[in-house]
Amino acid sequence: MTDIHVETERVQGHHLLEVKDLFVEFHTRDGVARVINGVSYHLDPGETLAVLGESGSGKSVTAQAIMGILDMPPAKIPKGQILYNGEDLLKMPEDKRRDIRGQQISMIFQDALSALNPVFSVGWQISETLRTRMGMSKADAMKRAVELMDQVKIPAAKARLKDYPHQFSGGMRQRVMIAMSLAMDPKVLIADEPTTALDVTVQAQIMDLLADLRRDLNMGMILITHDLGVVADVADRIAVMYAGRIIEHADVRALYKQPAHPYTKGLLESIPRLDDKGTVLKTIKGLPPNLMRLPTGCKYHPRCPYTQPICVSDEPRSLNLGNGRTSACHFAKEMLSGELG
Amino acid sequence: MANLGESILQVDNLVKHFPITRGILFKKKVGAVKAVDGVSFELHKGETLGIVGESGCGKSTLAKLLMRLEHPTAGRATLHGKDIFKMSGSELRRLRRNVQMVMQDPYTSLNPRMTVGDIIGEPFEIHPEVAPRGDRERKVQELLELVGLSPEHINRYPHQFSGGQRQRIGIARALALKPEVIVCDEPVSALDVSIQAQVVNLLESLQNELQLSYIFIAHDLSVVRHISDRVGVMYLGKIVEIGTEDEIYNRPTHPYTQALLSAVPVPDPMAREHREIIRLEGDVPSPADPPSGCRFRTRCWKAQEKCALEEPLLIRRAVEPHPSACHFAELRHVVA
Ligand SMILES: Nc1ncnc2c1ncn2[C@@H]1O[C@H](COP(=O)(O)OP(=O)(O)OP(=O)(O)O)[C@@H](O)[C@H]1O
Ligand SMILES: Nc1ncnc2c1ncn2[C@@H]1O[C@H](COP(=O)(O)OP(=O)(O)OP(=O)(O)O)[C@@H](O)[C@H]1O
Ligand SMILES: [Mg+2]
Ligand SMILES: [Mg+2]
Repeated sequence: MTDIHVETERVQGHHLLEVKDLFVEFHTRDGVARVINGVSYHLDPGETLAVLGESGSGKSVTAQAIMGILDMPPAKIPKGQILYNGEDLLKMPEDKRRDIRGQQISMIFQDALSALNPVFSVGWQISETLRTRMGMSKADAMKRAVELMDQVKIPAAKARLKDYPHQFSGGMRQRVMIAMSLAMDPKVLIADEPTTALDVTVQAQIMDLLADLRRDLNMGMILITHDLGVVADVADRIAVMYAGRIIEHADVRALYKQPAHPYTKGLLESIPRLDDKGTVLKTIKGLPPNLMRLPTGCKYHPRCPYTQPICVSDEPRSLNLGNGRTSACHFAKEMLSGELG
Repeated sequence: MANLGESILQVDNLVKHFPITRGILFKKKVGAVKAVDGVSFELHKGETLGIVGESGCGKSTLAKLLMRLEHPTAGRATLHGKDIFKMSGSELRRLRRNVQMVMQDPYTSLNPRMTVGDIIGEPFEIHPEVAPRGDRERKVQELLELVGLSPEHINRYPHQFSGGQRQRIGIARALALKPEVIVCDEPVSALDVSIQAQVVNLLESLQNELQLSYIFIAHDLSVVRHISDRVGVMYLGKIVEIGTEDEIYNRPTHPYTQALLSAVPVPDPMAREHREIIRLEGDVPSPADPPSGCRFRTRCWKAQEKCALEEPLLIRRAVEPHPSACHFAELRHVVA
């Protein structure tokens, strides 16, 4: 261990991680894409925050901003804070932020294959972090790499240390990524679609492993996923994103019971069922919003079944519904009471 | 589907072993990864065959074999009676047009230097007979819209899209040539459930319209149930159970199928404590060194001596008319 690793007690009033009113835009040839428009969420030790939302709504970009790995330019952060134990990562000197990022916040990337280097063996890639960051000897680092690969259930791990990423199946590569992200015993784990390539039995094992780490290391986890089954299984709280905003935030049970935003409701209704073949699946009609030319008022109004004139003219503010629950809908209360929908 | 259409694709005992080599200068073969190890099935016109199974059991390798991206170690696959591994010249060109694939990895399967318009339009360059030059841009825009992407994004590059958006670019590209068979390897895993539902509905309506056949590989068993007419369950390079959607989900007889179905997370947080998951003990065996007899026996709660000695064949068992590769095949209801 290096000396930077100080035990970080939760300072009164500070969350482990807090994103505050974050904005991110991309400057492209065709104009400016406003991808993140005032996102706020927080994470405490030992808990799981699930981030749900439409494909392209900005879940990964928010995570990349936290990790400090956005290419700037084309990306720009015109506004916002990312607080780790109360300290703004965006204002920190680069070397200090790199240490926090490397040791205390770690991320499982959505694209396992492109996050792995094709020209180095898998064992080398996992052990590299251990050698450079923790100063382990080559032999120790390799031993630990095998342990980590075993932990994520890669069969015959030792025999496969010298194999290259292309020789692994999609799900194995994803598990290699998970092993790498766990190497440093992080305080915050951002898991971006960590189990899409895994069958449900391995997925259950990995989720159990992550739950153990949350308990044993008091690790906080941001779980970005489209799998509403996994969310129901493991999340404490849920933040739902649409067009670069958090449109609903709630405790997991409350949200599944009664969504307070029409987008969330549409999402829950689109889930295919295991116990019923069903006929045509329900969908949310219309196209996702064009981030270069966002609609007026509520960004969801062109697709919302309950749209009223006020939704076209005024952008709804995030409404506090009590118990940490918020919804950015003019008719949040009606949604919640079941009067609408 | 009540009655199956004509059988268009037959896969017969297909095998793919990857050699394991050691040594840097003189590569010595020290073993083989038995990725696909004797897989047989048929695909009918207008049918969707779902393939599910353990991560690493050979699903993508099977898909690549059918696309002729890998060459088989043994076995045959015939499309309309012709061996696809022996095709060349115009026959091969026709195969490349009629069988398309949506790749598992939406990140690396798209060329980063090409615009989305070029990626989706590329099949028209190779097969100009499908769309005359002047018509292509319009066709590409139609395809973009079909998969729920904005036609205005035609000049963007892959890295400017999110994971799910890239997956839809792959789907649009596979649809461009109106093929007969599409092999979909995890086509919806990166999509939110609403867009996933749109894509699944789209695949189904195209199927009805054009009598397409799909091989649909996915880990999401609810989606597979929804879209499939028949489902094959794979474990370590082999199909262990195959049947209609109803047979596999409502009357599974193989212990692996039962374990798999029981582990599907339920989208209801209240169900957390009450679910009965069959937890598989032990580690997934290495495909380089699969267990003797039944490959699932090292993790099976029913395993007996016979299972180590004798390989169970994929045949009809007394309990159920659909084929199951278990000596002790037995009905068990796991889907609530
Ligand atoms: N380099 C870039 N230039 C322009 N736009 C970009 C760039 N990178 C991302 N975007 C856009 O930002 C938006 C948010 O992308 P992000 O990857 O965060 O989505 P996501 O919510 O993670 O979606 P998914 O669930 O599909 O992974 C998308 O609309 C995407 O097109
Ligand atoms: N080029 C290769 N060289 C060596 N081994 C390989 C190669 N490609 C695949 N394999 C091995 O073959 C086995 C099957 O891989 P495959 O990609 O077909 O699995 P899969 O069923 O698609 O898994 P997943 O669900 O994780 O995508 C794995 O053990 C994998 O490591
Ligand atoms: Mg993403
Ligand atoms: Mg695969």
